[in-house]
Amino acid sequence: MKNHILPATLLTLCCIVFFCGIYTAVVWGVAQLAPNQGKGETISYGDNRYGFEKIGQSFTNDKYFWSRPSAVNYNAAGSGGSNKGPSNPDYLAQVQARIDTFLVHNPTIKKEQIPAELVTASGSGLDPHLSPQAARIQVARIAHIRNIDEGKLIALIDQYTDKPLFGTETVNILSLNIALDQLKR
Amino acid sequence: MNTEIISVIFILLLTFILAMPLGKYIARVYAGEKTLLDPVFNPLEKLFYRISGINISKEMTWKEHLVTLLTINIVWFLYGMLVLMNQGWLPLNPDGNTSMSADLAFNTTVSFVTNTNLQHYSGESGVSYFGQVTLMLYQFISAGAGMAVAAVLFNALRERTTSKLGNFYDYFVKSCTRILLPVSFIVAVILVFNGTPMTFEGKDTITTLQGDTVQVSRGPAAAMIAIKQVGTNGGGFFGVNSAHPFENPNYITNIVETISIPLISIALVFALGYYLKRRKLAWMIFAVMTAGFLLFLIPTIYLEMNGNPAIAAMGIDQTAGSMEGKEVRFGSAASALWAIVTTCTSNGSVNAMHDSLTPLSGMFTMLGMQINAFYGGKGVGLLNFYIFIIIAVFISGLMVGRTPEFLGKKIEVREMKIAMIVFLLHPFLILAATALSSYILYNNPDYGWLNNPGYHGFSEMLYEYTSSSANNGSGFEGLGDNTPWWNISCGIIMLLARFIPIIGPIAIAGILAEKKYIPESAGTLKADTGTFGVMTFAVIAILVALSFFTALALGPIAEYYSIAS
Repeated sequence: MKNHILPATLLTLCCIVFFCGIYTAVVWGVAQLAPNQGKGETISYGDNRYGFEKIGQSFTNDKYFWSRPSAVNYNAAGSGGSNKGPSNPDYLAQVQARIDTFLVHNPTIKKEQIPAELVTASGSGLDPHLSPQAARIQVARIAHIRNIDEGKLIALIDQYTDKPLFGTETVNILSLNIALDQLKR
Repeated sequence: MNTEIISVIFILLLTFILAMPLGKYIARVYAGEKTLLDPVFNPLEKLFYRISGINISKEMTWKEHLVTLLTINIVWFLYGMLVLMNQGWLPLNPDGNTSMSADLAFNTTVSFVTNTNLQHYSGESGVSYFGQVTLMLYQFISAGAGMAVAAVLFNALRERTTSKLGNFYDYFVKSCTRILLPVSFIVAVILVFNGTPMTFEGKDTITTLQGDTVQVSRGPAAAMIAIKQVGTNGGGFFGVNSAHPFENPNYITNIVETISIPLISIALVFALGYYLKRRKLAWMIFAVMTAGFLLFLIPTIYLEMNGNPAIAAMGIDQTAGSMEGKEVRFGSAASALWAIVTTCTSNGSVNAMHDSLTPLSGMFTMLGMQINAFYGGKGVGLLNFYIFIIIAVFISGLMVGRTPEFLGKKIEVREMKIAMIVFLLHPFLILAATALSSYILYNNPDYGWLNNPGYHGFSEMLYEYTSSSANNGSGFEGLGDNTPWWNISCGIIMLLARFIPIIGPIAIAGILAEKKYIPESAGTLKADTGTFGVMTFAVIAILVALSFFTALALGPIAEYYSIAS
């Protein structure tokens, strides 16, 4: 073992220089060509910077499309899911309360129409998306408050729905809500 | 919904298609044949060896290999402790994160040295960028060490009698530079262009549309995320791993990251076939592994897409599946796929919270780790599978009344003893530690470790030790695990469960390599047949079911019946 200590240490030093130093630097160099130089893409409108495109925000005001519940309240200094087990009685009561709250704020919606993602917390606590369906069932509420035609809102959701070749259809809520504010003006 | 399933099938097929040529390439690398990347890496590796004073033409016996492996791991452990306990004042710390406590640093260093990547800290607040980059180093070298050991196994299985099994440093460096590095680099570039951060700037403060002020963590993430997937490490940059929208921004990156988890593990199986010129044997191993993998995957996708029965009872629309702990951009099918891939391969990264999986899905993820050989971790998955083969050969030999032989070498009492010790270690560590923790918690309920009551709470502890012992690193993260008890007990288990299952198979392979080669005859039990594949599968199923069924019945199975509709 003794005669392996020195070569093992020196080889480790080589690896530190190569992987921590050179590999990291090269990937960082490539990132300089990427959107916003690898610092995370932001969404701006005019002079206002509204945040990061990929990081969800808390929307609880009735005039906006609500985002999903979050275990970390969309504070992206950290991240986290609820880690509640499927049989946890406190958790199930919490979901029931979210359903009830949603129905109070959206009186025209029936319980069967509420998609599960609107009343369950995401894994990251920063989910920037909703399913198109979860956005659509909020249309009646927003149309009423903002005094906008429902058809216009549904068209807006369609416009902001991402329909990829693989996987699920998503709507970026921040983009959608910014567009919603513009619509009013 | 159907596009989700089609996407899953597409991901799997693409993985298998990519693994075959990669396997051929890996076989060439270990055999020392010419490869495309020679002009880049020959001079680099020569420089490494010259600085370190290593002569790679000096071949080692199996014992020398193990001594070399353990020595370099001790060096790695000391360096890791040093960095993590001092990161607070070291450079590259824009967010001002503090140094780790001794027990947390012990757990974290062991976790990364052993390729486990269990994380009792959260990336955003628990490590500096210097700490992150150091942990990334371990993601390369611990995976490289595992693959080097697999290369020793390849060498030992050749048809000859020898005690010289190649040079450890040679296999180790080549695994890091020629296999892990190029694949990681490609993945990192794809991530960077899809929006994963790669910056040394600290947290950014933003005012949201609703007017709240929040901070957003960033960092040199893309480089680390690539190797954490490719090296079956699993330790993410951010706390929630690949569920974080920066760590895994969209469905395309999700496809790339999912593929890169099992890619090299599967490729190593094909590499074995090319290296030994026993393609049929490789296909047998691949078929058994894939059958076991699909046996866990299909019900998990079904269960997750079906949703939580307790929520279905509330009368809302669960067409999206069980969405607690999942991201909308992945959906429940791709999250279920990831959950099974990451647990079968000893990776441990997650794109959905496993604590919130429906009960039986949680059980399948645990079973994947309890078997730990359906593809398995970098190199070590194949070693685990080798143990099952040895046991299967021995039992088949007894059944048909033939001398147990594998690839022309007689398997005798000594090898069987080692194989059984290695096999029994895994259930022993998991079950004994879970029992002990349950006992402690029962006597001290105020410790409050658990995030969920009842059967699920037991599952949280069972999962944590299963993950530690499988060197997996995922968790039922509700468990309050950053306490001295969990840090130290998991740390010790990770160490034992990393090195004994490496020492055992290499000892067996080394002893067998020194034995006389017996050419195949009519009396030889053929290992590369479907019958033997079924036999191996049966051995795995019986041994693992006998070891773990009772514990699983107390946790996920009981929970399943408690909420079944």
